[in-house]
Amino acid sequence: MSVQLNINNKDYVVEVAPMKRLLDVLREDIGLTGTKEGCGEGECGACSVFIDGSVVNSCLVPVCQTNGSKITTVEGLSNNELSKLQQAFIDCNAAQCGICIPGMLIAAQALLDLNPNPSRGEIREAIAGNLCRCTGYMKIVDAIEIAATANKG
Amino acid sequence: MNTVYSVKELNEAYKILSQESVKVIAGGTDLMVFYSSGLSLPKKILDIWQLNELRNINEEGDYLKIGSLCTYTQLINDERVKHFAPCLVSASKTIGAVQIQNRGTLGGNIVNGSPAGDSLPVLAAFDVKLEIGSLNGIRQVPFNSFYTGYRQTVLAENELLLGILLPKQKDREKSEFYKVGTRAAQAISKVVIAFRAIVNAEKKIEFIAIGLGSVAPTVIRATKTETLLNGAEITFDLIEQARVQLSQEIVPIDDIRSTEHYRRVVTGNLIAKFLRVF
Repeated sequence: MSVQLNINNKDYVVEVAPMKRLLDVLREDIGLTGTKEGCGEGECGACSVFIDGSVVNSCLVPVCQTNGSKITTVEGLSNNELSKLQQAFIDCNAAQCGICIPGMLIAAQALLDLNPNPSRGEIREAIAGNLCRCTGYMKIVDAIEIAATANKG
Repeated sequence: MNTVYSVKELNEAYKILSQESVKVIAGGTDLMVFYSSGLSLPKKILDIWQLNELRNINEEGDYLKIGSLCTYTQLINDERVKHFAPCLVSASKTIGAVQIQNRGTLGGNIVNGSPAGDSLPVLAAFDVKLEIGSLNGIRQVPFNSFYTGYRQTVLAENELLLGILLPKQKDREKSEFYKVGTRAAQAISKVVIAFRAIVNAEKKIEFIAIGLGSVAPTVIRATKTETLLNGAEITFDLIEQARVQLSQEIVPIDDIRSTEHYRRVVTGNLIAKFLRVF
């Protein structure tokens, strides 16, 4: 089927199987490989993207359900220069192997969009669906907290 | 190649359901996991994600009518659900994490029919009515007679679940939802339980309903324990009797998430915890 997508503010039309996972369409058909596959079953959050403003696991979404939707991937978070959130991850050394980080950034952005001034507890809850096997989460939570503080200034 | 019918109106869905053998997909949070794990896709799929008329929440007299495509996020944020069915909000918050809550639907949880479905004990305890539609019209089925066995339901091939009718929680009523899992987010439950009760000032139980998941092939009501408790006064002895009765009444199994023994003990502890609140 032919699917129209607006990804990171750019329009695309792709010819794909209707049940192909949005994750695979992004990586294989569009060439945006920032979105990662971890578990492929909605447990780890590495494939998190925004569909029409809602954060979802793109491994669980058949592309036919996204026709005409606005998608934001990790590549869409920066606009020529890194966002405050991305810079905070770098400043805090919040990434080790890096596989979870695109999903962490999307989940964190989803939180900050709704709640610009979250508590550490709210930050932890917001990334409860994103697994990291390297960092122990502390530096990731620190980074999100610093990005939120930067928002205030 | 498989065929996907993406419908935008209920009548289109009914027509396809009456003419073809299709698998219905809503938010995909259960089905896509099956397909990713190697299970082959059905030949024909009915995608109902765009049926916006099934996303409404309305008050209808003593009932709250909740459309089957309402996501958990929608339930968590809806003021009427918070007020009249706080237990359903608590259950929705324990399902997956935000990525799943934005996509998973109440109707999907019901039709998927997993005995571990976290919203289901709440629906059992509230005796909700299910509204089911087809070209032949709309029928109502009590939730507590919807399942006929492990992942088996009375939903016919030509029918679609439209929503639920949930009796509004009364002012004097107290409800609680407890989930026992490896962690608060993402984990599939070891035991999941919903209580509703009206208890008077003399600690007499005027009404109690107990719904349980993950402890039998389907979600169940603990009718024997309810009979023991209805009309009784809450005392230390009664709590101990209820603990024994409930742990004997359920039929849990050993599986990857827990053991039969643990499930019996923890379920007994949960009824004791609930009754001690009064």
